[in-house]
Amino acid sequence: MSEITRSKAANKRAERARKKTAPLGDDIDLSAYSQEAVEHPYEEDPSRLQPQDKERILEAGVVLDDPSQRSGTFLQIDHSVVHSKAGQEGLEVMSTVKALEEYPWLEDYWWRAVASNADKFTAQAELHQNHGYFIRALPGVKAIQPIQACLYIAQHGLAQNVHNIVIAEEGSELHIITGCATAQVIEREGLHIGISEFYVKKGAKLTFTMIHNWAPKMAVRPRSGIIVEEGGTFLNNYISLKPVRTLQMYPTAQCVGENALVRFNSVLVAAPGTTLDVGARAILGARGTRAEVISRAITTGGTIIARGHLVGKVAPVKGHLECRGLILSEEGRIHAIPELEGLVEGVDLSHEAAVGKIAEEEIEYLMARGLSRDQAIAAIVRGFLSVDIGGLPPQLEAELQRAVELSEKELL
Amino acid sequence: MLEVKDLNVEVEGKEIIRDISFDVDIGETLVLFGPNASGKTTLLMAIMGFPRYRVTKGKIIFKGRDITYLPVDERARMGIGILFQRPPVVRGVKTKEVVKACLGDREDGHVIDQMAQRLNMVELLDREVNYGFSGGEVKRSELLQLMAQGPEFVLLDEPDSGVDLVNISLVGEMINELLQEGRMRSRTNSGLIITHTGHILDYVNADRACVLLNGGIWCRGNPREILASIKSHGYEGCAVCQR
Repeated sequence: MSEITRSKAANKRAERARKKTAPLGDDIDLSAYSQEAVEHPYEEDPSRLQPQDKERILEAGVVLDDPSQRSGTFLQIDHSVVHSKAGQEGLEVMSTVKALEEYPWLEDYWWRAVASNADKFTAQAELHQNHGYFIRALPGVKAIQPIQACLYIAQHGLAQNVHNIVIAEEGSELHIITGCATAQVIEREGLHIGISEFYVKKGAKLTFTMIHNWAPKMAVRPRSGIIVEEGGTFLNNYISLKPVRTLQMYPTAQCVGENALVRFNSVLVAAPGTTLDVGARAILGARGTRAEVISRAITTGGTIIARGHLVGKVAPVKGHLECRGLILSEEGRIHAIPELEGLVEGVDLSHEAAVGKIAEEEIEYLMARGLSRDQAIAAIVRGFLSVDIGGLPPQLEAELQRAVELSEKELL
Repeated sequence: MLEVKDLNVEVEGKEIIRDISFDVDIGETLVLFGPNASGKTTLLMAIMGFPRYRVTKGKIIFKGRDITYLPVDERARMGIGILFQRPPVVRGVKTKEVVKACLGDREDGHVIDQMAQRLNMVELLDREVNYGFSGGEVKRSELLQLMAQGPEFVLLDEPDSGVDLVNISLVGEMINELLQEGRMRSRTNSGLIITHTGHILDYVNADRACVLLNGGIWCRGNPREILASIKSHGYEGCAVCQR
């Protein structure tokens, strides 16, 4: 079953939002994309996938050849779940379609962090859902290795509408790497709509790293919501270094429990023809909650809109936004839009943003040490892209570094 | 080793250095005194070749080659190194990376750590270049980069400024090493040191000194004697003496 239809309130709301234009991002004609996909067979051993597909998937941080490196794997190609397995006791990995059948209580989480009628993309995900992953760590369980999930589009002109749910139960610890990619055909068009709802329970820690490896003609509309309870930690790392036609997302984290912590790091590169409109919002709704939104943006000719929004609803809370942008070409554009909203006395919210080209002084400084001009620029760009992401296992850190290095070669 | 002939340098259209000539022999260390805004840093920057410091007349000759219009990196690779007084912060780039680049092929996996230990800056290696560094840390980081680079000719822009008493002997020791001080016969490295206060001369042996005043050289002689004279008569004394 690749498509399910529910007859609940959320579904009705979605029905009414079918044509609702999203407030941000270019409008997309949904009818231009096919809802019908060829079925792909389930593969017990994902290493048997075509080498060129595995390569694309690997570039998005998902390793299919060595299952020992991961605590679980979910792989979806087009509308088919091709592989799904948890490799550690207390961890669950499956399609959300299957999870809804297995766990009736999951309905309580469905569309709780994201509204089904937010726009026509959420509506389409509800009305024409094609799986997505369900990942859960049972109370107190700590994942030894990261769990990986890959959403892959192979078919030309396809709309892939997934709905993901991640639950880190009380006191659990989970690292997830999600890699989204398209098959290696430059001309391939497609639309990816990804609803992701994250629930970080009391004292749990969830690190979510998403690497996008799309194609120059893809349209991408992720819609993510995060709810963090008391003492919970949500660390989000987002990397998009490859050309994509249009990508817009504005994940929103609600810190509802005292001392909850969220951190968003993003590293964005926009080549000519690419428009990235990426933000992160944190609603600090309980005492002692903290948020940090850090983005690094480089344009080599494309457009990047880097948004950030911190809302302090109670005191004391603390939040910081930081955006740094590098313009490496005449045509590129970076627009940083930081927003701070304090609703009560005693909130501590700040932001800093800097957009420009590489300072000549810095290049010359490195040249005085014997680096050529190109080497100096490469060192600065490399440094700019490698955001120090705290709280990552070393292996994942290395993975990210590798992704950055791969794209840096293409960049310079 | 270095010959500066009738040099004029301007910065943003304003002439800062006028008709300066001097030379530094192989193995020699020359000290450049001078008050604030006398053109000392401009001269060093022009020798290193930063485009902002434009040579409008004269020549800079290094190891027999006219380098007046050579790019910075080529001068560095020819063997000129500089210690900046106020180096820029390079966000995102780790100090270790730059040191590694300075070392080039000579990095064997241990050299950096050994050097960093000697300069007491192991913990600075993983920090972004000059980001949040104290005055002393900046100097040590600059020295570490220079040690790694191993230049034959070092330009030192106020190595003693902003350095506390504990650090200054370390800075002096490292400069002596850069200048191969202590080697009796085979000294082949040379240096040009700018100092405002002269503190560094308590640690580094310099051969000659001159005073830069209003964009020109006014006095040449023994570093300690000149320093003593400046201390008692001020820089005005140099101008009078020259007349």
